[in-house]
Amino acid sequence: MKLIKNGNFVEQDFVAVGADDALPDGAVIVPLERWETERDSLVTRNTPIGVKLESGQHPERIRDDLDHLSVVALDFPIYRNGRAYSYARLLRDRYGYEGEVRAVGNVLQDQFYFMVRCGFDALEVQDKITPEVFEQSVGAFTYAYQAAADDRPTVMSLRQRLAARAGEARAAQ
Amino acid sequence: MYRYDEFDHSLVKERVEQFRGQVARRLAGDITEDEFKPIRLMNGLYLQLHAYMLRVAVPYGTLSSKQLRKLAEIARKYDRGYGHFTTRQNLQYNWPALKDVPAILDELASVEMHCIQTSGNCIRNVTSDQYAGAAKDEVEDPRIISEVIRQWSTFHPEFSFLPRKFKIAVSATEEDRAAIKVHDIGIQVVRNDKGEIGYQIYVGGGLGRTPMIGKKIGDFVPKADLLAYLEAVMRVYNMNGRRDNLYKSRIKILVHEIGAEEMQRQVEKEFAEIRKTGALNLPQDELDRIEAYFADPAFEALSDDANDLDAAIAADQGFAHWVTNNTAAHKKPGYAIVNISLKPIGGTPGDCSADQMDVVAGLAEKYSFDELRVTHEQNLTLAHVRKGNLKAVYDALKAADLATANVNLITDQIACPGLDYCNLANARSIPIAQEISNRFADMERQHDIGELKINTSGCINACGHHHVGHIGILGVDKKGVEYYQVTLGGSADENTAIGDILGPAFTEQDLPNAIEKIVKIYLDTRQDGERFIDTYRRVGIQPFKENVYEAH
Amino acid sequence: MAQHMRKGAKEQALTANRLIDGVVVYLKADGTLSESLQDAEVAEGKEAAEALLARATPFVENNEIIEPYLFEVEKADGAIRAVSVRETIRQAGPTVRLDLGKQAELSGVHG
Repeated sequence: MKLIKNGNFVEQDFVAVGADDALPDGAVIVPLERWETERDSLVTRNTPIGVKLESGQHPERIRDDLDHLSVVALDFPIYRNGRAYSYARLLRDRYGYEGEVRAVGNVLQDQFYFMVRCGFDALEVQDKITPEVFEQSVGAFTYAYQAAADDRPTVMSLRQRLAARAGEARAAQ
Repeated sequence: MYRYDEFDHSLVKERVEQFRGQVARRLAGDITEDEFKPIRLMNGLYLQLHAYMLRVAVPYGTLSSKQLRKLAEIARKYDRGYGHFTTRQNLQYNWPALKDVPAILDELASVEMHCIQTSGNCIRNVTSDQYAGAAKDEVEDPRIISEVIRQWSTFHPEFSFLPRKFKIAVSATEEDRAAIKVHDIGIQVVRNDKGEIGYQIYVGGGLGRTPMIGKKIGDFVPKADLLAYLEAVMRVYNMNGRRDNLYKSRIKILVHEIGAEEMQRQVEKEFAEIRKTGALNLPQDELDRIEAYFADPAFEALSDDANDLDAAIAADQGFAHWVTNNTAAHKKPGYAIVNISLKPIGGTPGDCSADQMDVVAGLAEKYSFDELRVTHEQNLTLAHVRKGNLKAVYDALKAADLATANVNLITDQIACPGLDYCNLANARSIPIAQEISNRFADMERQHDIGELKINTSGCINACGHHHVGHIGILGVDKKGVEYYQVTLGGSADENTAIGDILGPAFTEQDLPNAIEKIVKIYLDTRQDGERFIDTYRRVGIQPFKENVYEAH
Repeated sequence: MAQHMRKGAKEQALTANRLIDGVVVYLKADGTLSESLQDAEVAEGKEAAEALLARATPFVENNEIIEPYLFEVEKADGAIRAVSVRETIRQAGPTVRLDLGKQAELSGVHG
């Protein structure tokens, strides 16, 4: 498993722990249920904390806790299950979450583009993924028609810009 | 019609390059079929019974002459000289080789076409009214908003891995030719008391294993907010639609399970939030830009008096039938809408040879402002033909075996490819349609019977829209033998209805006789001017049940 | 494709589609592929059928074929016939276009 953050391949920084695992020192990502039952003690650890949401766990459940969380990991049980794309957009666009949104699970190269556009800034990927593959996948399309969680200008806004420039050019003549 | 600008071109070209790389990786063995399958499906490439099948998107069913000529050229160069127009207004090639597909996509891109989102669990090609821009009572050309939706839905990052496929249809007239109530989302363009244009939204319609009629959840969504509203519907569905069972994952099941009111509540809540951000607000200048592409062509000021036409009709019985059945009223005096039947007697519904495509392209160029339409009933339409040119159009169509005067009659049937081509089918569909067509070939008899729509599907997935045929036929497999189940009373228009099952299924041999009996019961029962569907609605299924299964 | 592997089938052949062009192929006794059902190896009994299916694996791994599966056949008058309507159509071509598919290209195809 490799970790890509904002386009850079980096070392694993968080330890993902299960429901009953002993907590190691340092940064951890815990399942939602564990967060919900052990919130108070987890917060007092004074180490970065992340929560992992399964496909059926709506991010509304951690909305009020986001200030405590360095990472929200969203699971793709299978690449075809695209629920987490909407979860990521809610975290970014609706809840204004600025921490890390990490894609975990069945995260495949042909989906990187969609994930980045929906606001994922960290992807846990297969070992075979290289920086070239990542670049190629995320850069598959120069333009995007629709507004999403990234700051890419939409085709619509580019058209408006072109039209305005054409208008200025006409006015200058 | 809409023309690509540099941005549209760029996206389609990059997609072709991406797929070219993926095909090369697959052929080189760098990726397995398991990894490749979802990729090829997202580019409209299926594996069918005999070979691959490539589905080309025809956005809202509109094609230019140049595009149709290109489709003909591809059919000759890379396929077997024909194509199949589908109930989703698309075109399918039945025999392409995987190695040729990137080249085919290049050819398509050169005429602003592609196979993007013609498969997969994403928002599919938007469908609309084949009479767009020509119908008399149209609120606004439905293709304007269809094009807006096409762009918004293309490679939508959030909605490319939905629980299941998603189909949107748009209609802008009272008469519904786009079957909007059997789509995941149906959009009815309306005008309010203040004269503003907005949209009624139906959700949760669909056919397949569990046919459902869409429920209205939006009464008047303002024009500028349409994308925000659609995004709200999609998000509610993407987060809450079932993913545990393939057969329960369409939005119709979600709407059915939580109820239309709850669906409406959730959508309204999401819509209010999205609207607040303003990110999806449709700017007027972009709407104006797209609208300009669908402005009226340069119609001439003509009168509806057409002495030449009357004389030609009087002189030629075949032409007279064709004018009656295959043409429709146009919004401009002196013009007519021409429907080209792809249902020759005994033929394959929706099939069109490359030579026929060239003929139609030539006619569209010469007589209909260079464009044509594909209908969801698997026919073609020339939307703007001068009445004075009807005879010339008819003669040219007749020479190409395209002048069958049966639009909306009993031989104008919808049929899916069925077991002759399809990997999912349980039974054949085309031979059934052909046999019925041959039985009812006589034109006088067809006229006497009047409007009657027979739809045939070769399996429960209902690509042949059997649930909404006045007579619906569903092929089933019983221990290796093809049987056909009949439904009556379905309808896909503004009075959408799902057909009722008549009774036990028929064998291939018995089915045509059963259809003959059904027609006879209708003819014996009908009152003045009643169409089949009117009679059925009046008398119900009982008289049919009682008489069709009687011993011979 | 499991639905085509009838449990009680006595005689079975193996079919798949060629990766590069999608053409329907059958596995022959000599370990090569043929476009004609008449060349197919017919496995009698469950064990032979399983062995036949296993022999498709190298072709899949070499990216020559996709979606291999077994289907029921019967031998009559020296010919091999598919039992189901589906496989009968598959080895011949569309019943509505006799000018297309194997029926137009090969001898020994039965309609």
